[in-house]
This record gives sequence, C-alpha cells and structure tokens, in this order.
Amino acid sequence: MRVELNGEAIRTQATTLSELIEERDLPAASVATAVNGDFVPRTFRDGTALSEGMRIEILSPMQGG
Amino acid sequence: MFYDVTPVSRLFLGTAQYPSPAVLADAISASGSEIITVSLRREGAGGAHFRDLLQASGCHILPNTAGCHSAREAITTARMAREVFGTNWVKLEVIGHADTLQPDPFALVEAARELCADGFEVFPYTTEDLIVGEKLVEAGCRVLMPWGSPIGSGQGLRHEDALCSMRAHFPDIPLVIDAGIGAPSQAARAMEMGFDAVLLNTAVAKAGDPVAMARAFAGAVESGRLAHEAGLMGRRDMAVASTPLFGMAALT
Repeated sequence: MRVELNGEAIRTQATTLSELIEERDLPAASVATAVNGDFVPRTFRDGTALSEGMRIEILSPMQGG
Repeated sequence: MFYDVTPVSRLFLGTAQYPSPAVLADAISASGSEIITVSLRREGAGGAHFRDLLQASGCHILPNTAGCHSAREAITTARMAREVFGTNWVKLEVIGHADTLQPDPFALVEAARELCADGFEVFPYTTEDLIVGEKLVEAGCRVLMPWGSPIGSGQGLRHEDALCSMRAHFPDIPLVIDAGIGAPSQAARAMEMGFDAVLLNTAVAKAGDPVAMARAFAGAVESGRLAHEAGLMGRRDMAVASTPLFGMAALT
C-alpha cells in the first residue's frame, strides 16, 4: 500500500507501524512515531495497522536550540 | 530550582549549528552547562552519533518543540520527545510568526495547560508579557523563559526595562532568558538583573572559536550571578567623589 512517511510518498509491504520501522531498518528503540498528527507510543506500534494514504512521522533525536 | 534540578551552572546551551560534533562536545564541556537543548527531526545523517554524544555529555536533556506553529503540533512533538529522551522536561515553543519567531502566546498557554496536566515539566519560551506569564504559571509552569530578543538575532536584551518588571513581578518563579543573546556582556547583564539562567545557542555555535566562546559565556554568567548576589550599587545622576575630602591638604 502507499503511505506518506516523513513527508514522502512510499510503497510498503508492512501492515503495522512496527513492521514499517523494521522494513525501513530504523532503530525502533530510539525513534518516536506519530500517525496523522497524533503521537503513537512505542507499545502501540504493533497494534497500529497501516492504511492507504496514512501520514506517518518517524522522528529521531537531533541537534536543537 | 528548575523543577527538581539545581545545576551549578546557570548557562543552558543549545546543541545546533556547530561546525562538527567534536566541537559541540568540547563546547558543552567548556561551557560547564548541565542542561542542553535538543530536538526531534526526521532521521538524517549522524543521528546515532548524536545520541552517543548526548549520553556522553552527562547533561540533563531539554527537548524543544522548535518549529511548531500550533498547540497540537507542539503537544504531539512533546509527547514524542518524552518517549525518546525519557524526560518529562520540554522547552515549549509555539511560534507565531516565521520571520520574527515570536511566540504565539495563545497557543503557548493552551499547549502548556495540556502538557502540564499530562505530567510534563514545561519550560515555556515566552515574551516579557506579564499576563501571559501569569497564565503560564496558572497552567502549571514552574519556570518561565522570556526572550531577550528574537531567536538567533544576537540583539541581547531588547526590552530591558520590561524584563526588569518581569523579574520583579515573578520573584518566586525561576526565569531563564532564552533567545537573542549574542555576547557574553549581554548574558552577564541578564544575570546581574537577577535572572536565574540564560539559554543560548547561536552565539556559541557560530563564534569563530565556539569552544573559547563557550568558556567566555560561562565566565560571564558566573560573574553576572555573583554580582547580583553581591548587590549592585544604585545608579546616580551626578558624580559622587569616592576619595574622602576630609584630610585633604590646602595647597592653593
């Protein structure tokens, strides 16, 4: 299906948020996730099913002021 | 003093815009800062290295919501940051205008209320407006961070009289000057005025020698605080001789 990941349209085989993180080879323990503008806690990623056109943000620690 | 943390250093340091991670690490160390600000962004190069650097610094991490323009964005960002950084602290920024980076006080208070109720310890980036400050305290904030001048401008304390009023109005709330500090003299002035700390980033990161500048700011903040505690003399309109006239020779 097609989803929007960090502002970019992608195709994915993943069916849940956890699977998407795995598919993109991201460090699950050190990223934070949001779907359609709402925070999704780590423990809810397995239970968060992806759907067509979903807007997903996967964020990491970065420099900031 | 800042929620449950009483740092020795009253300098908070931002971690952005340094020429390299090594310079950032050395600048943190030279500044003596125990509280550093960070952000959350879409993963770019160097993410893993940055995490290691944060851990090695041993500092308290103050995640920001920089770039958020609505309460909802800021609240979501704060929740994401809490999970990643494992802290209830958040430097709450809700920007009202892209050019001035001035806080949107209405959205700021709304976001602060929701985050405080959700167990966050909020450091709100605000203006020197007293009523906004009161609303933030009512919302549950136990620290306020008024701007000195617009973020990254280096203009120092643009409304010094208003900041003095704010200090007097909130004697029991820790106040941190956040943003706009460009030179150590400006940081020292803020500390002389009785502010509890200063938070800065660009002035160190963009200095010719960031590590030396971090040291300069550390000295300025310490001197300013010491001067405040020592009690500054009052300003006078006229000259007052410091050398006694008594005992002066008659030589005319």
